Amino acid sequence: MAAYELETRAWPGSYGDDAKPRMGFFTDTSVCIGCKACEVACKEWNQIPPSPQGFTGDSYDNTIDLGADTWRHVAFVEQRKPVGLEPAGDASLSLAQAAARGSLVDETGLQTYQDGDGMRWLMASDVCKHCTHAACLEVCPTGALFRTEFGTVVVQEDICNGCGYCVPACPFGVLDQREEDGRVWKCTLCYDRLKDDKEPACAQACPTNSIQFGELGDLRERAEARLAQLQDAGLEEAQLYGADDDGVGGFGAFFLLLDEPETYHLPPDPVDTTRDLGAIWASATAATATLAAGIAAAVLWRRS
Amino acid sequence: MSAAPSRDGHGPARERPALGATRTAEQHGESPYGRPVIKEPVWTPEIPAYFYVGGLAGGSAALALLADLRGEEALARRAWLTAFAGSVVSPVLLISDLGVPKRFLHMLRMFKVTSPMSVGSWILAGFGTATAPATLHAISGQRLGAVGRGAQVASALLGLPLASYTAALITNTSVPAWHSARAEMPFVFTTGAALSAGAAALMLAPVEEAQAPRRLAVGGAAVELVLVHLMERRLEREGVGEAYNVGKVKWLNHAATWATAAGAAVVAARGRRSRRAAVVGGALLTAGAIAERFTIFRAGVQSARRPQDTVGPQRERIRRGASAGAARTKARRAPAQMPTGDTRPGERPVTPGSPAIEP
Repeated sequence: MAAYELETRAWPGSYGDDAKPRMGFFTDTSVCIGCKACEVACKEWNQIPPSPQGFTGDSYDNTIDLGADTWRHVAFVEQRKPVGLEPAGDASLSLAQAAARGSLVDETGLQTYQDGDGMRWLMASDVCKHCTHAACLEVCPTGALFRTEFGTVVVQEDICNGCGYCVPACPFGVLDQREEDGRVWKCTLCYDRLKDDKEPACAQACPTNSIQFGELGDLRERAEARLAQLQDAGLEEAQLYGADDDGVGGFGAFFLLLDEPETYHLPPDPVDTTRDLGAIWASATAATATLAAGIAAAVLWRRS
Repeated sequence: MSAAPSRDGHGPARERPALGATRTAEQHGESPYGRPVIKEPVWTPEIPAYFYVGGLAGGSAALALLADLRGEEALARRAWLTAFAGSVVSPVLLISDLGVPKRFLHMLRMFKVTSPMSVGSWILAGFGTATAPATLHAISGQRLGAVGRGAQVASALLGLPLASYTAALITNTSVPAWHSARAEMPFVFTTGAALSAGAAALMLAPVEEAQAPRRLAVGGAAVELVLVHLMERRLEREGVGEAYNVGKVKWLNHAATWATAAGAAVVAARGRRSRRAAVVGGALLTAGAIAERFTIFRAGVQSARRPQDTVGPQRERIRRGASAGAARTKARRAPAQMPTGDTRPGERPVTPGSPAIEP
């Protein structure tokens, strides 16, 4: 069973025969046109309150980040790349390279390149990564965060008591507390729609198929082919983000990026904090024993 | 790593990367537009206050039990009362911090070792349950017999981890200034608990029975100052130490250090003879312990706001080859044939919608 290679601690083991294939997103940012249809569809379907954050002045990005009221966020990053007839230099491309890059649009459907003065917009629809090793889920003291039969990570709104532990535990800054009700909210990968054999609202709304939904194993194969295609076409910075056994064991929602992750406000080497929990408990135990010894020495020791 | 202060109002605004600039490898510590990569903790000041109160209560319970064994009853009674007060105040602080306070009992829905908060909730629940009869036993002149003594032992045994689990809790996050200090933080917290319990007992107990509190206060203060120094050195080595040394946190940090040192000096010099010196020294040490908890807490919040603290060490790991990172440019297979038919990448397939799930 190909889908079961992407095993997590609780899935599929704890579901037995009820386990479904692990579902996820492959967000191919090279074809994102920044229309924000995913943000809107997500808000409408999940009935998320508005999240006006003001005008940032940072490109067209006024949603700013993922949070309690933003489960899909289209990042807009403006970059000036030396393309075209820039003065020759180490960083600039030759005319032949520039011409080849120009043809990328036709060959690959690439949406992000602007010609002329070399300004390009990177657009990427960010979302909860539904990590294989999800720190938020592990640290949740109430069990409100759980692993679904689809291998996704969901907050149960009737259990969450707003302790806030998952908020700084997440290595991507996905979860946040909603001020109005004190609880924590995040992308559910449309758990309700999945149960009805429907694709998540954002994937259905995406007009360019930048957001692809499916079985995670299939998506990873598709992503490898796409990466190879872009690399062959000369796009050397194209990279898959979260498609391997990384610090969080791979993402359930992974990405194809056109620059380093930092450029998109994403951490280059995210780590599930509970990976170090053994060392943390060991240190805490040693400290507890030291405290006992210290107090005992202070009280009981007498100069004879 | 640049030494620019953060953008949170605690210092001059960070210089943003030039709009549109493609950053070089050296600049990779910054996210574009200077935005945080992780979320800062949503916890309110009740939480660092609880770090102090929990440590005080736990340390006091252990001190009380042992003082009782030595026959120092006046000290034991006062330490039990301190522990009891802490066991009552602690849940109040924690529950008032919850987003949905009336769901506080959800904390005891399950027991999860992967969640120090879950482990701690059970420790605190047990500590609270044991400390009330333990204190009653002490102040009623041992009227509760074996039950009372059993409660005292349970309270002291639960009080010890109560002082240390909070360090496990905050280091088990993605906050750089906490997670990178995971080896030292529990020792900082337990030393702080010993010193807090000592300082409180110093202020309350008669001078002739306060030898143990004096030792805890002075010894705890000396060890804590060293440990905090070692912790900050480690954070600096890992490139995330700046959060302790910018903005208001810097001043809070200095205040904690000086209050602790001054309190310990007063107690060491005059605490054995003068009750007034014991009270002044104890108060200074208490202020230092509280300031130290708030320093650690605020430094964590500040560190979460700094993208360079999150991204810098990660990029450094990749550069050193200690980690491959989460991104990969090399494809694992040959490029697929371009799709035949009318679709090309970036267009919806002819039939809209991603593949449906097979039932």
